[in-house]
Amino acid sequence: MARESSFKTFVKDIPQNIFSGFVVSLIALPLGLGLALASGAPPISGIIAAVIGGIVTSILGGSNVTITGPGNGLVVVILAAITTLGNGDMQQGFLYTLAAIVVSGIVMVILGFLRLGSLGDFFPSSAIQGMLAAIGIGIFAKQIHVMLGNLNAKGSIIELLLNIPEGIKYYLTTDNQSVFYAGSVGVISFLIMVFYSKIRNRYFQLIPAPMWIVVLSVGMYYYYQYFSEAMYPIEKGLLITLPNDVLSNFAFPDFGKVLEFDFINAVIAITLIASIESLLSIKAVDKLDPLKRRSNVNKDIRALGLATVISGFLGGLNVVTVIARSSVNVNNKGTNRSANFFHASFLVLFILLFATELRKIPLAALAAILVYTGYKLASPENIRKVFRIGKEQLLIFLITLITTIATSLITGILVGILATFFIHVVINKDMLLFLSNLLKPNVLMFKEDGKYFVSVDHFSSFLNYTKLKSKLNQIPENEEVIIDFSLCDFVDHSVMENMNSYAETFKRKGGHLEIIGLDNYSTRSEHPFALRKNMPDFIKSKKDVLTKRQKSLQKIGVELHWEYLPLQEDEITVLPTFGYFKTRHINKVYNILTNNQCSLFDVEFSEGEMIAKQVIRASMFYIKLDKEIPDFTLDKEGVFEYIYHFAGFKDIEIDNHPDFSKRFYLSGKNQEKIKELFTDELVLFFESNPYYHIESSKHGLLILGKERLAGVKEIKAMADFGIRLQKIVSS
Amino acid sequence: MQVFKKILIGIAFSPNLKANLFEAIRISNMFGAELVGVHVGEKTHEKEEKLRLLLQEAPDLHTPLHTIWQKGKPVKVILNTCHNEAINLLILGALQKENLYKYYVGSIARELTRKAPCSVLLLIKPSVLRVPCKHIVVNGLKDEKTKETIKTAFKIGNQLACKRITIVEEISQAEMDVKIVSDDISLRKATIEKNRIKKREDLRVEKILNEIDCKNTTLKIQSIFGRRGYSIGHYAKIKRADLLIMNAPLKTGFLDRIFRHDIEYILSELPTDLLIVK
Repeated sequence: MARESSFKTFVKDIPQNIFSGFVVSLIALPLGLGLALASGAPPISGIIAAVIGGIVTSILGGSNVTITGPGNGLVVVILAAITTLGNGDMQQGFLYTLAAIVVSGIVMVILGFLRLGSLGDFFPSSAIQGMLAAIGIGIFAKQIHVMLGNLNAKGSIIELLLNIPEGIKYYLTTDNQSVFYAGSVGVISFLIMVFYSKIRNRYFQLIPAPMWIVVLSVGMYYYYQYFSEAMYPIEKGLLITLPNDVLSNFAFPDFGKVLEFDFINAVIAITLIASIESLLSIKAVDKLDPLKRRSNVNKDIRALGLATVISGFLGGLNVVTVIARSSVNVNNKGTNRSANFFHASFLVLFILLFATELRKIPLAALAAILVYTGYKLASPENIRKVFRIGKEQLLIFLITLITTIATSLITGILVGILATFFIHVVINKDMLLFLSNLLKPNVLMFKEDGKYFVSVDHFSSFLNYTKLKSKLNQIPENEEVIIDFSLCDFVDHSVMENMNSYAETFKRKGGHLEIIGLDNYSTRSEHPFALRKNMPDFIKSKKDVLTKRQKSLQKIGVELHWEYLPLQEDEITVLPTFGYFKTRHINKVYNILTNNQCSLFDVEFSEGEMIAKQVIRASMFYIKLDKEIPDFTLDKEGVFEYIYHFAGFKDIEIDNHPDFSKRFYLSGKNQEKIKELFTDELVLFFESNPYYHIESSKHGLLILGKERLAGVKEIKAMADFGIRLQKIVSS
Repeated sequence: MQVFKKILIGIAFSPNLKANLFEAIRISNMFGAELVGVHVGEKTHEKEEKLRLLLQEAPDLHTPLHTIWQKGKPVKVILNTCHNEAINLLILGALQKENLYKYYVGSIARELTRKAPCSVLLLIKPSVLRVPCKHIVVNGLKDEKTKETIKTAFKIGNQLACKRITIVEEISQAEMDVKIVSDDISLRKATIEKNRIKKREDLRVEKILNEIDCKNTTLKIQSIFGRRGYSIGHYAKIKRADLLIMNAPLKTGFLDRIFRHDIEYILSELPTDLLIVK
């Protein structure tokens, strides 16, 4: 690749990165304030972390579409550090903690230089899940009280949890108006967070949920200011505080306790959580990258470390890579690190321009955002998922979870690791297998007949996963790979999970990764670490349990003389070529109605990763074309498209059809060919028919109604539309 | 090229003796070599009788078995015999881990392997009946001895009527400039470099092969990525080779046994029969 051309794309992509940076900053602002508050730090410290993080990592980082800033995981650790180091004095404790943040930044830089980015692989995944859930519960327990207007709830996580019913009772029966209103803002904000993803309205979703909360609560303040006779019912103590002069009032770390045990403990905890959270996020975001690049983890860790050092000196929190904001970035078509930079720039603008307005936000509103985040981290769905993988995974998960809540994060994760190892030993009834083979180079890789072959010997678990990983990382993802575990006596869940994600990555990038050899160990395969349980398998179809909708679909199939398949048997290969699925991961395609040219189907896909993940099911129509057509997308013209317009997408005007150009928004690279394709007949067809989002990729057209499953009538309408469109286009 | 004219076998009156002896006799016959048996211990009438009976059952030896009886420490006695008798090849039996199909070399055999002045053949599963050798894997390391080893491998292949030989070059991570693949750019660099190293190694091996007549064998040159010395065993195991032929290690000091490398790894877990060429 020539340098110039990559520079050109960079410049060309700037508008859309500005746009996605803007959307991300809308979330980063409330989250930054909220996370800082939850950590017991001044609200501005979260914003400082996001700004410094955005600037430093966008310049020096090694990943592409990640967003950096203050992270969820650190809330619990930093709160603990501030409380223990300050001995009750939160202000002084914060200054000591800043010093700990600076030191942990330095440690991370060193880790990055020592290329220890792989350190994260030594944590078994169920233990990490347990730790994250514990963090979620920690955030939830503390913030639910703040959400209900009570700032004074104190005590251990367990005490806080037990006090929740009392907190609710207090909120409902209080005669303190201020508390009641603050609590109500909190509850409403929480409802917004919960129901936001259920409302799939494009205009509503232009503004992210946390920003809706900010906008509405600031709006409420102004309502009381200008339109209502009554005074603003929430007293100042329950509102956010920001320093009067944002630019000069930086807190400076106090290094007075550097050599004390508590301080070192805090540094270890902060570094541990910061690196785990960042590594997990970087890995997850790589799976979303539309350009399918691979992040340089160690470079990113170095940049995050440096950003943390600077942020700490300026009175800001740790800088980590964050998954939720990164997912939003990808969904809004951020393509390179400049989006992170722009997100930081917008944050600076917001703070400078709207400091007065931001001071009107009730703490309860921000707490609601965090309660939701905490809930997502520890949701029962996660626990169910772990249980489905296996009972022993649930055991590891719960051991880690309970130890973390009862003691501290470091103890929790260490106990989790030990528990995992112990369970592995018990399952195998063999300690020697692990001890005598731990240090052996157990992975062999060679290339034969154009295929890579990787063989793993002895055992493969979180203990020696790095050896396998370093070999797999050396294989270009567009190649074919076979991983043979047949010489292994034991393969654990962490490895299986990672293999699964490697398989996905290879598939995404045009390669193929296959796992063999696990069948040989039938006794082993039956237990749940094994591939069968953990690989996504499709539920086998049973003819007699079709739902009502499926039966209707079957009928439509009979009417149209199309074939109906409740489940897809083969892999879907066409769909991922469409632009729409570049940032969305397809889980499965089902309920297919098809003749050879057209297919109508339901597709289940997910947006975002980890806690930001949302599973969406939608009905679509696919037309296979014999001739090649240029890539384009067609939408109804509206507010939404105007924003995309602003972000560097061009509307193509079709000559002699001003009305069409006005009503529809058509974009694509090859203008001339597109104009050629849009004949009078086709334009007339679009003008006189209901609106659908339409996309093309070389040999196919994808028709999409709303982003949800279509009802039977809608299916019929869509089928009718699609069949006629197919006739016109292929004529 | 190694010519095995005189072969030594240790005779311990264990349940394995019959199989060991039969293998040794067959090998001696195939190589056209003289077989020497050494027993560390007292010469008794009983033992002599037992040995005589076994030899009656065994296939005929081309040259009669020369037996040495000597008391002393096993390692010392066998090593001395190797020197005194100008032995070319020492045959040792490996042990099998309980209940597992994994073989390892016992402490005596391991010491002998390290100290023997001649080539050593380690048998993982001696059998009374002949199991034909179908696939030989030989190392193609960049080493002075490699040429000798490969030539020997072809000679043995001929004598054992083995039609398939694979020469394995191990490319270790240490040889690469790109130490860690961290992103797309370093991956591309690493891939290019790997191809370059592979070509270079192939060329080196082909140069050696020019001097060898290998018309009758199916020959393959394979480069593998893994730890030197260990991964070739792993490869032989996957490919279910019957015999692995390797260079003798350059040096094996005390540290090498703790920080295992090369042959030490293979000795701890024999994948196949192993011939170490000295």
